[in-house]
Amino acid sequence: MEEKKDNSENPLKINRRHFFSQMSAGIGSLALGSLLIPDLLKGGQQSLGSQPLGIPHFAPKAKRVIYLFQAGAPSQLDSFDYKPELIKRMGEDLPDSIRNGQRLTSMTSGQTKFPLMPSAAKFKQHGQSGAWISDFFPHMGKIADELCIINSMNTDAINHDPAITFFQTGTQQSGRPSMGSWLSYGLGNENQNLPSFVVLTSRGKGSSQGLYSKLWSSGFLDSKHQGVLMRSGDDPVLYLNDPDGISRSDKRHLLDHVSSLNKIHHVETGDDEIESRIAQYEMAYRMQMSVPDVMDIKKEPESIIKLYGEDVQVPGTFAANALRARRLAESGVRFIQLYHQGWDQHKNLPTDMAGQAKDVDQASAALILDLKQRGMLDDTLVIWGGEFGRTSFCQGKFDEKTFGRDHHPRAFSIWMAGGGIKPGITYGETDEFGYNVVKNPVHMHDFHATLMHTMGIDHEQLTYKYQGRRFRLTDIAGNVINDILN
Amino acid sequence: MKQKIIILIVLLGLTSLIYITKNGVFNTKNSDYSDLKLPDIVDYNFHIKPIISDNCYTCHGPDANKRKAGLQLDIKEGLFGELPENPGKFSVVPNNVSKSSFYKHIMSGDPDEVMPPVDSKLSLNSYEKKLIKKWIQQGAPFAKHWAFISPEKAVLPENINKDWEQNEIDAFVLKKIEDNDLSPSAKAKREILIRRISLDLTGLPPKPEHIKKLTDDLSNEGLSKIIDEFFALPSYGERMAQSWLDIARFADSHGYQDDSYRTMWPWRDWVIHAFNKNLPYDEFLTYQLAGDLLPNATKEQILATGFNRNHPITQEGGSIQEEYRSYYVADRTNTLGKGILGLTLECAKCHDHKYDPLSQKNYYEFYSFFNQVDEKGIQMDAVQARNRKYFADSPFIKLTDKLIEEELPFVNKKLGDTINVMIMNDSAPKSTYVLNRGNYDDPSTEVKPNTPTVIYPFSEGLPKNRLGLANWVTDEKNPLTARVFVNRIWGLIFGDGLVVTAEDFGAQGSLPTHPALLDWLARDFMEHDWDVQHLLKKIMLSATYQQSSEMTPELKKADPENKLLARASRFRMSGEMIRDYVLTTSGLLNTEIGGPSVKPYQPPGLWEEVSAGVNRGVLSKYVQDEGDKLYRRSLYTLWKRTLPPPSMTIFDAPNRDFCEVRRQKTNTPLQALALQNDVQMLEAARVLAQQMVAKNQNDVEMLSDVFQRILVRQPDENELKVLQQYFTDARDTFRDNKENAEKLLTQGNFEKADTDPIKTAALMLTAQVIYNLDETITKE
Repeated sequence: MEEKKDNSENPLKINRRHFFSQMSAGIGSLALGSLLIPDLLKGGQQSLGSQPLGIPHFAPKAKRVIYLFQAGAPSQLDSFDYKPELIKRMGEDLPDSIRNGQRLTSMTSGQTKFPLMPSAAKFKQHGQSGAWISDFFPHMGKIADELCIINSMNTDAINHDPAITFFQTGTQQSGRPSMGSWLSYGLGNENQNLPSFVVLTSRGKGSSQGLYSKLWSSGFLDSKHQGVLMRSGDDPVLYLNDPDGISRSDKRHLLDHVSSLNKIHHVETGDDEIESRIAQYEMAYRMQMSVPDVMDIKKEPESIIKLYGEDVQVPGTFAANALRARRLAESGVRFIQLYHQGWDQHKNLPTDMAGQAKDVDQASAALILDLKQRGMLDDTLVIWGGEFGRTSFCQGKFDEKTFGRDHHPRAFSIWMAGGGIKPGITYGETDEFGYNVVKNPVHMHDFHATLMHTMGIDHEQLTYKYQGRRFRLTDIAGNVINDILN
Repeated sequence: MKQKIIILIVLLGLTSLIYITKNGVFNTKNSDYSDLKLPDIVDYNFHIKPIISDNCYTCHGPDANKRKAGLQLDIKEGLFGELPENPGKFSVVPNNVSKSSFYKHIMSGDPDEVMPPVDSKLSLNSYEKKLIKKWIQQGAPFAKHWAFISPEKAVLPENINKDWEQNEIDAFVLKKIEDNDLSPSAKAKREILIRRISLDLTGLPPKPEHIKKLTDDLSNEGLSKIIDEFFALPSYGERMAQSWLDIARFADSHGYQDDSYRTMWPWRDWVIHAFNKNLPYDEFLTYQLAGDLLPNATKEQILATGFNRNHPITQEGGSIQEEYRSYYVADRTNTLGKGILGLTLECAKCHDHKYDPLSQKNYYEFYSFFNQVDEKGIQMDAVQARNRKYFADSPFIKLTDKLIEEELPFVNKKLGDTINVMIMNDSAPKSTYVLNRGNYDDPSTEVKPNTPTVIYPFSEGLPKNRLGLANWVTDEKNPLTARVFVNRIWGLIFGDGLVVTAEDFGAQGSLPTHPALLDWLARDFMEHDWDVQHLLKKIMLSATYQQSSEMTPELKKADPENKLLARASRFRMSGEMIRDYVLTTSGLLNTEIGGPSVKPYQPPGLWEEVSAGVNRGVLSKYVQDEGDKLYRRSLYTLWKRTLPPPSMTIFDAPNRDFCEVRRQKTNTPLQALALQNDVQMLEAARVLAQQMVAKNQNDVEMLSDVFQRILVRQPDENELKVLQQYFTDARDTFRDNKENAEKLLTQGNFEKADTDPIKTAALMLTAQVIYNLDETITKE
């Protein structure tokens, strides 16, 4: 694919020389922000090192992201992409003209028939925007006017591992930095006592697929940009807790003596890395306070507990993680990545999907309302969705109560809210079978470009030189979807 | 009003700009380059090519599909020939700057003319422009890419301070030091040197008997004997094997979605064995690349081919096997590139390489060598695999008791078990095609096994299979293999290779800091029949290696990154080395060699949280081992790709999804937490304290003893004072709260001794202080 060469759309995509020529002509009102990043335009390991660049390319709308990832791929046809035609044509084979050579996974490639199956739940229109949302998600229905539902997402991968890796890192194969790591690298850390990229996981009862630490890996970026898994339970960050028998003051005393000896050795060796080691020990000491504090939801008032639902009191649930996500966001964590497993409904979709939806519906909506009432929704981007869609034809036995749907990369739905995204719109359309995108497609690279845009980053400019090549999250593609920006 | 605001903003902008410029934010661009001295003789490979490659090759490089205006600057004909779209004009005209359109374009002030073009966001700085001018003025000499020219031994440089030199390495190093008006550092202290050698050769701290032996004999004769003793230790093979496992992407799990168990550990046992018998590197590679194709191949040679089956294999339901098979073959190709040849071959998978003269066709010619395996892909999910004990995909070798006893005694297998280990064969011959954009379902032209002529031609006489490939790789005329290996060994010892990008010797990789030294070492290595121990000894007996690592203010200023090697490097150990260090110094280490991987302490619940459910196969739930299996060396810790041991990844270990050649050396708060609170660290401190308290020494003796055990040296007066004060304070605290002392002493499974809990707990914390010192986890 040709790299995009259009600089006209954004005045700050210009390079430095161009900038100076305009400057002398008197157009000096451009934000100097981009210039404070000395070699961003050039990229490169040697010039940037792996220091956070600290400054956005243009005024950001969002300061942080909360990503409610629904791992396993929830069906778009039973959630946000309403297809009444499927009710009419229930049981008919998907026309070949629609499938149009789309490859199948080896789970359905043996099927001789592809009978269409309508949604397992009823759809209704919600809010002033009239967004179609299925009855699996009543709470989301109530906040429809806050959401930007995208029904035209599409990806290249057809199996979970490559698809979820694509979503998180911009490529299907392992090895590149995760989105959160890119943002941490690009924008730095707002809170010196917490990591800038935090991961929280939960699991529903539905059929689930594993997760992998590569999804929050910093790839070739400095490992300080790696996602830190914060776990439910007493030890939220690995090795955070001191052993029994050591008080806080004992620990302080111990660290002071470690420092004294390190300082003696610093004088002897002259190596400043020792000073930085001392500083990291101090940060670790502060994290021992800040992490439990931010993860502790006991201080939350009754009204908040009620808002997120009773699951919020059970550690490790999606609801508990959603509330913690808000607390992390308040504390300045840049990228908060949740994963809720269990959306892989190859069979028993009607029952299993109902259960999965119940796990996440109330808390997802609560998070939006909670952020809004705190005035944080404007600068917090919330994203909800899985790694691909599911087929409009039935997998397995054709039975309304037990049917399943196979993987479908060509079209699926996600929603975004807050952080510079237009509320109350539904973007993109699929055909009457919900199989192919027919209007306003949003490819994964476009999604990444748009996400970065809301954070004030030009996705073409945030690069890192590794193995002789300048890498970026969007590889060599990606267009910002301006239609959904506020 | 509006106007006023604009003026204000402009003023503000200008003021900030002046501020920024003054304070050096623009350091890396034009302003500071005016001071840089141009070299007397401009070298094409070292000065000019990096600039052209980085700024021009994307559109005027090896990739034919992206080439603009038909201009190709990476080859001589293109750089000096007539411009395809501008007859009569030439890109570079030697000795004639004004006729060189190349120079005209880089100097142009016209946005439509200037190169690189404005929208590329690339630009040349003033120093680079001056370099190019001078190069043209000097006749624009051209040369093949440095790494593709066969390495030769240069004449040793003559230096002023010749007495300092101990061998050839020093002659090259001293030359550069003297050229920069610096002097080498003094020899390292005895204790530091023996610790350094021990860590480099065994990955473990030295034993007391080694320290004693070294007495004052720091002569090379004395050191040479010590080095030989280290070579003879089995831990030498373990250390060297460890350094091969990231490259070989070795793991105990299949990776991808289900990530369940596989039995490749006998292959790892072979690697340890190969290093311990000092198998020459050319044979080491040949066995792994083509052991099965050697005439009358032994079982050992066949087992070694497991190297190319170490890649991840999917078990995800619904996967299209042909798609994944193409990934496996590509992985082998990429590993050969990155790990053995120092080439980013993978960049040519989807299109011609953008920077190196490697076409997509070249890529698939390499690929075809590895494309003949009779592999099916794992046909069952993790649950079925567990139930049927199916831990290896075909083809595999069956390791029975008889086979182990007769031919593979180095495999540490329990009697009665039969273990299947994946290996290579060529029993499924296939045609190979260039895959458009790398897609398995989009083949175009057919290719045959071959290697790029630009590196070194594939001899007519060689078989067109992996054995022929192995011969080509290990041919002494191959310019890359030996260079890449000696560079990696150099990096293992000095922290950075002479070529920092150890995985990339191509146009975009870094240039060697000491090219003549790299070539000398590579040639010497081959002249000595690829003898790894010869190479290590040569390096360790150099004055360069034996220097102190102290960073004087002068050196810090002149050479902060130690590119000149006027001192030894000082850098943090790997996660494996740190854990092994702690196990050894506390006396916990179990020295058993090889065998199935083990599961030492790990924070509970980690696997369960990410796996698809606790019943999904063997590795969905972490069941910690018991007894002395907890204290095996770290290279035996079970490696699950989707969640590798956290005590390793926190210290920058990769997940082993693919070949990695070097690790970062970061310094993070999570590392500080792991060193303080990992139960293994705490247990080690406790066990060490127990032993020391039982010795009934006075406080000073006891504290010095603990310090000596961990740091392999005696504390100085100041250090001892800090330790004494801390120990006394801690003892007082526990005296007031004996319960806390007892709680603290419960860390770890190792047997508790019947010593005074107050004194033991205080000493345990003191040992923890020492274990948490920068010096402890640093090779100095």
